[in-house]
Amino acid sequence: MNTKITDIVVGSILEEGPTLNLAELCQSCQTPAEFIIRLVDQGVIAPVEGASTRQWQFHQSAQIRTYKALRLRQDLGINLSGIALSLELLDEIDTLKRELNQLRHFTETQFPD
Amino acid sequence: MEYKDYYDILGLKKEASQDEIKRAYRSLARKYHPDVSKEDEAETKFKEVGEAYEVLKDPEKREAYDQLGSNWQGGQDGFQPPPDWEQNFDFGKGGYTQGNSQDYSSFFEDLFGGRHSGGGQYTNQGGQGRGFQSKGENVRAKIMIDLEDSLNGSQQSVKISSPEANAQGQVVNREKTLSIKIPKGIKEGQSIRLSKQGSPGYGGGEAGDLLIEVAFNTHPLYSIIEKDISLNVPVAPWEATLGGTIQVPTPDGKKVDMKVPPDSQHGRKLRLKGRGLPGKDAGDFYVVLQVMLPPSSDPKVKEYNEKMRDEIDFNPRSYFF
Repeated sequence: MNTKITDIVVGSILEEGPTLNLAELCQSCQTPAEFIIRLVDQGVIAPVEGASTRQWQFHQSAQIRTYKALRLRQDLGINLSGIALSLELLDEIDTLKRELNQLRHFTETQFPD
Repeated sequence: MEYKDYYDILGLKKEASQDEIKRAYRSLARKYHPDVSKEDEAETKFKEVGEAYEVLKDPEKREAYDQLGSNWQGGQDGFQPPPDWEQNFDFGKGGYTQGNSQDYSSFFEDLFGGRHSGGGQYTNQGGQGRGFQSKGENVRAKIMIDLEDSLNGSQQSVKISSPEANAQGQVVNREKTLSIKIPKGIKEGQSIRLSKQGSPGYGGGEAGDLLIEVAFNTHPLYSIIEKDISLNVPVAPWEATLGGTIQVPTPDGKKVDMKVPPDSQHGRKLRLKGRGLPGKDAGDFYVVLQVMLPPSSDPKVKEYNEKMRDEIDFNPRSYFF
């Protein structure tokens, strides 16, 4: 175990950064283009623009979703439609949890005694 | 090293059949998968379950492990494999069949991890970086920030542990503390990308990125949805009815005068445009009016309310019947 303190690093917000093309997305996720194309077919990730695969441009956040898909496939042996369903349900749980927290917060601060 | 009860980890008895082991593993793997579970301990548990299955699914390893268990005296921390361990079972190099070697405990490593191969260390068997160049892996982390951090931008230190191969090709978990800048206006669920702060590349390839997902701590006053911030603001019944100007604390720590329009019902939202989380599409700040009633223990309040009851023609439930 090494501990190293480096200078302050400045990052960018992934969702607002420059987009990636298919090759860049494949490289950053270390997965073949075929898998990415199948993810797009299933609606797991969607290119922000581009009519044909050659012109596709992805948000950088597509990386995170692709990783999740890869891990679910590798760790749990889920097939693509299963991955799509799981990710959709997980998103929905996230949204519901956020709303629930918001409502809890709302009622708690409504009567702050 | 600490003894690991692999049967206990999978919630099984020692007599469990191979099928039962498989079923228990699958169900626990789904439960604790770090992408599925929201528990803090999920990742650790997921690895434990994977390690237990790695041993128990293989009849040879299971048998070896079972023999070990019978010599084992519970409650001991200073566990050592029996001296004849290596003679009876040779797990020289093939201990790992899946996953990354750094995911396994030292208990596993000592028994199955191929300690004969290289001075008590194992080599990275992930299949990456043998002679070719490739980009290092991206590393993920999470960070909790306060509303103020996103409003003003701030600095935070994060501890990151990422697997790296050292000069000898051994995988070590390297822990580093990074001081990072929180970009202004970041919202819940977004990630900060720090390029080349992930695992180093193989064969001279460039380092991977570090992706830090952001979540907010609960704020005592404000609640945040996407880029919008809202605040519950109590008003007196006459302020709600007659309208007026009230002072409201804004998220940036200032005060602002807000006009309450006449006939504002409980729950009415007033918007201050662009005063939410900053950025290209800045969020809005919402004030949610909460009508608070003065207590009837005050004789004056009682008197006025009785007067209203007797003199004002108002039926809020007229649409019921």
